[in-house]
Amino acid sequence: MSEEINSPGYDIPPEMQAQVRITTLDKIYNWGRRSSIWPMMFGLACCAIEMICTAASRFDFARFGMEIMRPSPRQVDLMIVSGTVTKKMAPQIVRLYNQMPEPKYVIAMGACASGGGPFKEGYNVVAGIDRYIPVDVYIPGCPPTPQALLHGFIRLMEKIDKESISTSRWYRKEPIPAIPVPILGPDIFDPRQASAITAYTQEKLAKQTQAEQAPAEPAAAPEQA
Amino acid sequence: MEQTPTLTSTLETRFPEAVVRDERKGFSGYLVKPESLIEVATFIRDEMGYDYLSSVTGVDYLPEGKMEVVYHAYKSTGGSALVFKAQTPRDNPVVPSLVPLYPGADLQEREAWDLLGIRFEGHPDLRRILMWEGFEGHPLRKDWREAFFEEEGKPFKNRWPEGRAYRIEDKNLFGNNVDYPAGFNPENWTLDGEAALYGSVGQAVQPDGSLKTDAIIVNLGPQHPSTHGVFRMAARLDGETIVDLKPVMGYLHRNHEKIGERNTYLGNMPFTDRLDYLSSMSNNFGYALAVEKLMGIRPPERAEYIRVMMAELTRISNHLMAIGALMNDLGAYFTPMLYALEERELVLDIFEAVSGSRMMCNYFRFGGVARDLPEGILEKVRVLVYDRLPRKMEDLDVYITQSEIVRNRCEGVGVLTPEQAIALSMAGPVLRASGVPYDVRRADPYSIYDRFEFDVAVRYHGDIYDRYLIRMDEIRESCRILQQVVDTIPEGRIQEGKPQYQVRVPAGEAYGRVEGPKGELGFYVVSNGKPNPWRYHVRAPSFINLTGLGPMSIGNKIADVVAVLGSIDIVLGETDR
Ligand code: SF4
Repeated sequence: MSEEINSPGYDIPPEMQAQVRITTLDKIYNWGRRSSIWPMMFGLACCAIEMICTAASRFDFARFGMEIMRPSPRQVDLMIVSGTVTKKMAPQIVRLYNQMPEPKYVIAMGACASGGGPFKEGYNVVAGIDRYIPVDVYIPGCPPTPQALLHGFIRLMEKIDKESISTSRWYRKEPIPAIPVPILGPDIFDPRQASAITAYTQEKLAKQTQAEQAPAEPAAAPEQA
Repeated sequence: MEQTPTLTSTLETRFPEAVVRDERKGFSGYLVKPESLIEVATFIRDEMGYDYLSSVTGVDYLPEGKMEVVYHAYKSTGGSALVFKAQTPRDNPVVPSLVPLYPGADLQEREAWDLLGIRFEGHPDLRRILMWEGFEGHPLRKDWREAFFEEEGKPFKNRWPEGRAYRIEDKNLFGNNVDYPAGFNPENWTLDGEAALYGSVGQAVQPDGSLKTDAIIVNLGPQHPSTHGVFRMAARLDGETIVDLKPVMGYLHRNHEKIGERNTYLGNMPFTDRLDYLSSMSNNFGYALAVEKLMGIRPPERAEYIRVMMAELTRISNHLMAIGALMNDLGAYFTPMLYALEERELVLDIFEAVSGSRMMCNYFRFGGVARDLPEGILEKVRVLVYDRLPRKMEDLDVYITQSEIVRNRCEGVGVLTPEQAIALSMAGPVLRASGVPYDVRRADPYSIYDRFEFDVAVRYHGDIYDRYLIRMDEIRESCRILQQVVDTIPEGRIQEGKPQYQVRVPAGEAYGRVEGPKGELGFYVVSNGKPNPWRYHVRAPSFINLTGLGPMSIGNKIADVVAVLGSIDIVLGETDR
């Protein structure tokens, strides 16, 4: 650890080397964070089983400081989207993501979470969680082996290492707005599309009423003065 | 279909107007007029003794303009199925509900309503089950299309050599097949399913005017550590006691059947892996059996042995996981799980060596298996089943079976009587823990199970503890079968004929069923001679076993529900498909 952290290049007198480290704020901050990432205990599908195996004795991701998996989003730093994201589940996932405290990271584990995977064409399947929430690391595989998941963690750590307090988006003055939770209607839709959908359905309604009324009373006068 | 002639003639002579034989080529069973369905089914259950309704599903025969509901009934004492079907016009499909006769049809009828739009008259609670209330259309109908519909059958052009790879979303930017009803207003849209769901667990009223206490409704899931994935329960509580409980699923509904009807027959095999992802080999087995039935072929000797070996190893690894998860649910957090996973990894190593993948084995082929066993694997299995596993089971016995805490939490909780278990169409360990010795491997033997010596594990209390014990018993029995397999496996071919990418499957229907680790796993396949199946339905034990969750939990404390669910051992991939 001392090697990693002691980098600005100041000489420390030999008698103090055991107690003193000199480093940058970013470095110590990133080091602290990336060495204690707590993932959410949250499994969606088959990939979750490999995630459990990664947590278990043979692969043991406690080695990376992430042995504590928490079922509550309020206590986690990392969401591992481990499996197929269905439309029925997507609102809940976005909500969970919104409930996580910052800084927060997302790993899309497996083909399904990254892009829909084998079930991409399904009517209840979202082709990748990145349609709704930002993803930091994608791990290919169906399912990715525990080794691949570990590799994904290492990549995430590398990413965290490159962050800086002054630029990272968690520490701006203004709050980061929550991601709008998608809504289950006749199909899943994003609340931001509401006006486009209303326009479409109103037009359709108008056409239908027109078609119904047209033969009966052809000269329906416009009502507004 | 081999039924004894006396019985077949009974049904036809008894109901000459209402029942005819299904004469279509490749089909079997009986067509029953919907009007007399209840009467005929009552006769089938009470007089003929087919007391176990295993599978209910619908088929959309678009060209004929008909919907067909297919029922598979068994005797709980064993034997082959009685298949009966009810046909109804496609534009207004209605059949009477069989829930009053066979409560186990509950969830399956709801599924058929949800996906095919068949209404079951008299069903107590006909709501959507896999999709959400308010979803537009019934997706398994043949004329229903996904938002990003690509083509009717696979292989898709975008994945074919001369075509360039593209993403269909780029061509069909707005998901043009999504149809918003006219006048639909997203601003004030509310999901109306919730009110119906809470209504179905009962209003908080005291009818007799006694001291009014508040009944509260508690939701567990879909993100909850006890649900083994994305599963939800809505429970009505009186204090801490469960008064009513409804499972809510569909959070992992991956449209397995719709996709399966577009895949080629062989292309479906890897998808079956992902049904019950803890026991992919058994899923392969069931699907291979169904299609082989249609094609009329059987695998060579050595392949049969390999298949049995894989299926039993799967059972072991699945049960280990189930026990570990059950202990998790009881609060013995993760330590027993680590013991279970340690052994499971050994089995996974064997799978990886044999098939190339730890979990998604995709190993079975029609008329055989994909590859022969690699060198040294038999030796590994031998060590595992003769030495390692028996020792480990004894360890588990010491740590878990005799643990006082486990016994206190499990004994006498979540009881299911044998009559209830049969009526609710429970399957597998749950059924056998209630004292019904029904195991497809013995009741209706498939493959070469009739050659091996093993006992069907039965326990009689029907509580959580017995469901735990039965899994221990079954691991031991599986070891026993595996010992015989490794001792007697012959040399020889592993594939009947040449391995083929595109198999020819004659028109007809077939139902292949195996005793999966979680219960009877059935595949109902209808072929019309094309490269893709016309109908592909999975009778998923995890799904149907959930019918019993309510009856098992009512009257218990809320903390016990978690354990009851753990003792059923569901996998969401299979529950929701
Ligand atoms: S990527 Fe594969 S293993 Fe993972 S959830 Fe999807 S289908 Fe299952």
